[in-house]
Amino acid sequence: METTLVGFIALYIVMLATFTGIEVISRVPAILHTPLMSGSNFVHGIVVVGALYALLNATTPAQQVIGFVGVLLGAGNAAGGYVVTRRMLAMFKASAKEKA
Amino acid sequence: MTPGLIIETADFVAALLFILGLKRMSSPVTARSGIVVAGWGVLVATLASFLYVFGVDPAAQPNLAVNLGLGIAALGIGVAWAWVTGEKVPLTAMPQMVAIYNGMGGGAAGCIAAVELSGNGAMPMGQMIPAIVGAVIGAVSFSGSLIAWAKLDGKINKTIRLPGQQAINSLLFAAIVGLGVYMLVATGGQSPPALTSIFFGAALALGVLVTLPIGGADMPVVISLYNACTGLAVAIEGYVLDKPVLVIAGVVVGAAGTLLTLLMARAMNRSVANVLFSRFGETGTAGAGEIQGSMKPVEAGDAAISMRYAGKVLIIPGYGLAVAQAQYKLYEFVKLLQAAGVEVAFAIHPVAGRMPGHMDVLLAEAGVPYDLMKELDEVNDEFRSTDVALVIGANDVVNPAARTDKSSPIYGMPILNADHAHQVYVIKRGQGKGYSGVENELFYADNCNMVYGDAQAVLVKFIAAIKELGAAA
Repeated sequence: METTLVGFIALYIVMLATFTGIEVISRVPAILHTPLMSGSNFVHGIVVVGALYALLNATTPAQQVIGFVGVLLGAGNAAGGYVVTRRMLAMFKASAKEKA
Repeated sequence: MTPGLIIETADFVAALLFILGLKRMSSPVTARSGIVVAGWGVLVATLASFLYVFGVDPAAQPNLAVNLGLGIAALGIGVAWAWVTGEKVPLTAMPQMVAIYNGMGGGAAGCIAAVELSGNGAMPMGQMIPAIVGAVIGAVSFSGSLIAWAKLDGKINKTIRLPGQQAINSLLFAAIVGLGVYMLVATGGQSPPALTSIFFGAALALGVLVTLPIGGADMPVVISLYNACTGLAVAIEGYVLDKPVLVIAGVVVGAAGTLLTLLMARAMNRSVANVLFSRFGETGTAGAGEIQGSMKPVEAGDAAISMRYAGKVLIIPGYGLAVAQAQYKLYEFVKLLQAAGVEVAFAIHPVAGRMPGHMDVLLAEAGVPYDLMKELDEVNDEFRSTDVALVIGANDVVNPAARTDKSSPIYGMPILNADHAHQVYVIKRGQGKGYSGVENELFYADNCNMVYGDAQAVLVKFIAAIKELGAAA
């Protein structure tokens, strides 16, 4: 496999992603802190993709077991994070809407 | 298009959707679509990753059918379990659910590291260092989050503190670093399974030991911190696997989580290290001066009626409201006040409750519109023009000692200026102290009266008193 994340390219990505993270989050009002935390919790559920890759390339039984657990945990992170965040956000309503 | 190119494209789209989705979450108006946008990102990238079957390692080729089956099974079980629990769990259990799902992410990152470290060929240093670092962070985040979950869920009730806790933690950490360096240098990139197992075991133990002594009111900092840690672990393992989407998602979450952690710590006027490593109030409560006056109890009905005839009421909710599950009764009471022409708003402290923004979610659950929820900075000057401040199950966040008493452990912590209101009512179970163990001089102030009882029961009395009044009129 060709590597894309070589040396400085990886560092540039980390730097830009750090600023993106800070910029995106610093404007969030305190009332949305929980959904935001839960939402970012969901986003790192993308780890399931890495776990799948590791599992598909497993050669030994030990690797298969660990890979299986990894995919299981990652899938739980993603699905659980999604459902919980969606439920929380569904509750936030403006008073104007209620009257309408 | 080759399978590889499709995967890369899907990953790129996913990274874009994550950032767009998180961006939409910064306003309550667009937040609901934000999670859906981010959701498509994970879905697209996960489906595309099955195309890896066309490019697996030659050594893994004979296992491909089994591995694929395992992958689909794990995905199915994981998604089904989390979906069902996530839908079923009551919203009051949100802090612990966020903790457990977060821990699972950390565990997944640890598993990736474990698979990579038990690889068939020798690993180059440039890969092995991040793999090891990510393994530790992921494992600590996993076991630490599970302890946080157990504490929030009431499975572990007391803060457990071993004698010499600090020394044990430091030794364990040193051992982990030592093992990591040994794996790196002495094993030539191929660490024996026994050694790797001990290494992971030590990292898991560290997460447990660090989290066990941390008290409930510090949980907003802890949950947020572990969220950032999992993000970081995912980013690092993404680098090891050469998956830019994992690096971007992980770093964005790591940066956001770190920022939120610092915000929470600042709202308590403590450093993150202080939250993790020392007990609140450990630094001498001796200086607690004599407090003048006494706590003056008042009947629930009288308090309710004085609020009914007030012009403006600010309500300060705390963890006690969540414990009593009184958010619905509270909003029912608020609607009665509003119907009587009283201006009502909620003043919410950033660290009230057990996770960042806990009170906002609790009130939203009861149907309180978000424009009635005011942040500390925005509301604090309004207390002077407020007739009644109603404190429900909150304590330290309204203690004026934080402003005035330099010897107090909570000195310097930003508080809600409830004491500036003309009249203060405090709903409280008993005369106990808050989490910090500091006496609250607000409760002794001339303009403050105590309504003793469970928040739910008191609010029921409030509602009855107002209704009676309406019937009599």
